[in-house]
Amino acid sequence: MLRRFLLPMWAFVFRDFHLTRRYFSWVLVFTFYAIVNAATIALIGVAQGDFRLTLTLVLGALLWSYLSAMYQEIANSIAYERWEGTLEYTFMAPVSRLVHLLGVSLFATFYSVVRTAVILLGLALFVDLNLQGANLLGVLVVLLVGSLAFMGLGLMAAILPVMSPENGAQATNILQGILLLVSGIYYPVSVLPAWVQPLAYLSPATYALEASRKLMGIQHPASSPEGLVGAPLSAVVPELLVLLLMGLAFIPLGLLVFSLAERWAKRTGKLKRTG
Amino acid sequence: MWAIEVKNLSKVFRKTTFGRRQEEWALKGVSFQVGVGETYALLGPNGSGKSTLIRILSTLLLPDAGRVHILGHPLPQEERKVREKIGRVSVDAAFYKKLSPQENLLFAAQLYGLSPREAEARAMAILERLGLETRRFGDPLEEMSRGMQQKVAIARALLIRPPLLLLDEPTTGLDPKSRRDVQAFLEELRREEGTTILLTTHDMVEAERLAHRLGFLARGQLVAEGTAEELKRLAGALDLEEAFIRLTGEGLQEEAHAP
Ligand SMILES: Nc1ncnc2c1ncn2[C@@H]1O[C@H](COP(=O)(O)OP(=O)(O)OP(=O)(O)O)[C@@H](O)[C@H]1O
Ligand SMILES: [Mg+2]
Repeated sequence: MLRRFLLPMWAFVFRDFHLTRRYFSWVLVFTFYAIVNAATIALIGVAQGDFRLTLTLVLGALLWSYLSAMYQEIANSIAYERWEGTLEYTFMAPVSRLVHLLGVSLFATFYSVVRTAVILLGLALFVDLNLQGANLLGVLVVLLVGSLAFMGLGLMAAILPVMSPENGAQATNILQGILLLVSGIYYPVSVLPAWVQPLAYLSPATYALEASRKLMGIQHPASSPEGLVGAPLSAVVPELLVLLLMGLAFIPLGLLVFSLAERWAKRTGKLKRTG
Repeated sequence: MWAIEVKNLSKVFRKTTFGRRQEEWALKGVSFQVGVGETYALLGPNGSGKSTLIRILSTLLLPDAGRVHILGHPLPQEERKVREKIGRVSVDAAFYKKLSPQENLLFAAQLYGLSPREAEARAMAILERLGLETRRFGDPLEEMSRGMQQKVAIARALLIRPPLLLLDEPTTGLDPKSRRDVQAFLEELRREEGTTILLTTHDMVEAERLAHRLGFLARGQLVAEGTAEELKRLAGALDLEEAFIRLTGEGLQEEAHAP
């Protein structure tokens, strides 16, 4: 157990922690950018004098920063190794892809949670946030359950750089952009053109957002700038179930797609850095 | 049981350029065996298929035809068992270059289920034996010379005490002293742990010093095989280099004239 699963899983946490530490100046730059981005969006709500809009925008910015960080950490982990030239060594280790994914995801979750907390703190410098009455613990639960589906999506996106060293990285970013567009991060899904709307229901972020808005009490009639009336976790059970089901479907699907891509890469010689 | 048993191994790379499909046979019907505890050197001109062969043996490439058994395990069926038993060093020291040797080695060790403590002790011993100053153990690898990186790569391959080592040009780019350190270390390893070694090199002296038997690879085919003495006799050559050129060289010229 220890030697077959826990130590190899921990190896990825160990590696990603040290890589993050060594690239810390980049982490600072990206986090700074994320704070500025979130603040400029939230200030649109402040300018309108509408606390509901402000909270919707803040929630959207934070949730998206969390989920996209999670997705990117996983999707880029393969591209990074390919670029660094270590991919062959990681792939020839006696480690199952599930353990590999769990290790990378464990660090990604930790990293994304910390990053989102820092962004929230930074945001408080620009926007006067009163979150009294919001069910923040409930939001955390939604985030963690929603992470499962994003792990699966990240894993599917991670194969793109294996299949095409040239265009793979662009493709993962396009996929991320589509998720941002269809999930109604800053607006209700109903404002999207009718032909895009069905896509919204395929994105886990849509459900994570809907649930989080209820838990924060953003739309509750009794909510006011002085205090929010957040819903209890029991009110978002349907969304949680959908997120859980998506996770249970996307992770095995991701592993399957990944193992097919790995086989294909081993047939065509695509694991090598050059050629 | 053989440590490596390869029968009729073929590998083709296909690519499409400007709509024209091209086939490149990197290996064509290669067969050979390496005994347990034996050191076997593969020699061949650039592009003759040495690295491709090593990649197939290290479970990173799937062949198009042929059979491979590593320490009795068939590939690719028993891939995981094979992976637990092989260490590989490639010509490019593939590391996370921002991380230190220590971090790189600890990552590799944990990946193979070794506890950090046992891994660290063993890594230190190997690196000291190879003459790397251990005080630089915490600096990023990108600040180190190629020779130093290559020694860390060797240490990584040896962390798990693999019964089979696959070495793809392990001493290319090392200075003469470092090269000797590595060679002496490999001899010691073989003596003390009975490690089987498959090695590719462009250094004839190294091949002659280390290998019990040698194979000449040319255009994806094993054109000759035997001890250094046997190969020299076969080619009617005075030294191994001459034998190499005689046995692998002619075909290349033919190919240069081919349309
Ligand atoms: N991943 C790959 N994709 C496409 N072609 C490849 C790949 N790997 C090797 N080849 C081709 O296969 C042939 C054999 O290459 P290989 O790297 O095995 O040669 P080598 O004997 O190791 O050469 P060198 O001495 O230069 O290292 C070459 O023609 C090469 O272009
Ligand atoms: Mg080579």
